Amino acid sequence: MKQFSVKIEVKLKPVVLDPQGKAVLNALGGLGFSGVSDARVGKIVELTMEGESAEEVSRKADEMCRKLLSNPVIEDSSVEIAEK
Amino acid sequence: MPSFGVLFFPGSNCDHDCYHAIKKILGRPCELIWHEETSLEGIDCIVIPGGFSYGDYLRAGAISQFSPVVSPLRELAASGVPVIGICNGFQILVESGLLPGAFIHNSSLKFVCRWTNVRVEDTDTPFTCLLRRGEVLKLPVANAQGNFVLPPGGDDARERRIVLRYCGEGGELSAEANPSGAEDNIAGIANNRGNVLGMMPHPERSFESLLGSEDGRKMFESAISWIESRNADGKAI
Repeated sequence: MKQFSVKIEVKLKPVVLDPQGKAVLNALGGLGFSGVSDARVGKIVELTMEGESAEEVSRKADEMCRKLLSNPVIEDSSVEIAEK
Repeated sequence: MPSFGVLFFPGSNCDHDCYHAIKKILGRPCELIWHEETSLEGIDCIVIPGGFSYGDYLRAGAISQFSPVVSPLRELAASGVPVIGICNGFQILVESGLLPGAFIHNSSLKFVCRWTNVRVEDTDTPFTCLLRRGEVLKLPVANAQGNFVLPPGGDDARERRIVLRYCGEGGELSAEANPSGAEDNIAGIANNRGNVLGMMPHPERSFESLLGSEDGRKMFESAISWIESRNADGKAI
């Protein structure tokens, strides 16, 4: 068995309004940072997983995203895997 | 006599309000059912109360969908038993796929706790059968993630059964009447069959005029009437 670091990024789909992102954008403008035209806030979930191969771990991580870590109605997820 | 079951999860906090409303005010049989229960036999109507189940971790309602009690809940819902999810209960129904849509943070980014008016759009559900279409109910909301979004998908999504919409006192729809920024002013939605209803406002907090409104009571009286008429007809629920 190998150990893998798995980084899962969950973000709201581009078509879904992001109230947190909007607040961040406004706050950045308020602080005087100019030229910021958009801000989106997402989540990162880091897992340590064991498995025979990166493919196997990737398959499991995708399933986790579908079942729990993201809500596919409003969120997109992406998975990055590195062997430890 | 119809028997109610109020499901509660770690972090639910409106379970006793629901119990009080049904048992003490309506005088109907009601039991509090812990989320680890695996059978819901003998229950005629399920109530999933509000609160912060599992601390709203990940997304509101996301973790509760895997509680043991959700399996018999799915069976009852599929067999037509009336199910109402209130606030966090609505979020749980959405996350478990029993209702369409999803929730994001309120557009104000604030926890919103205030009275709202909602307009009844669909009276063909167990919880609205004694109400009139267009009737306005005064009910309170209290949530941070009440901003309901329908699945992106155009026309199909528009055909969902919207049961309650935020409105003004006279029933007019407006952005000001919408406390969370919810799509189409949606305050409550049902499944296609109509027996599963999710709503953000709290009917159980508006059972007594002393507390500002009795309108929520009408929804539970509807459910009782609906169940009793089914039982009298000898129809399976």
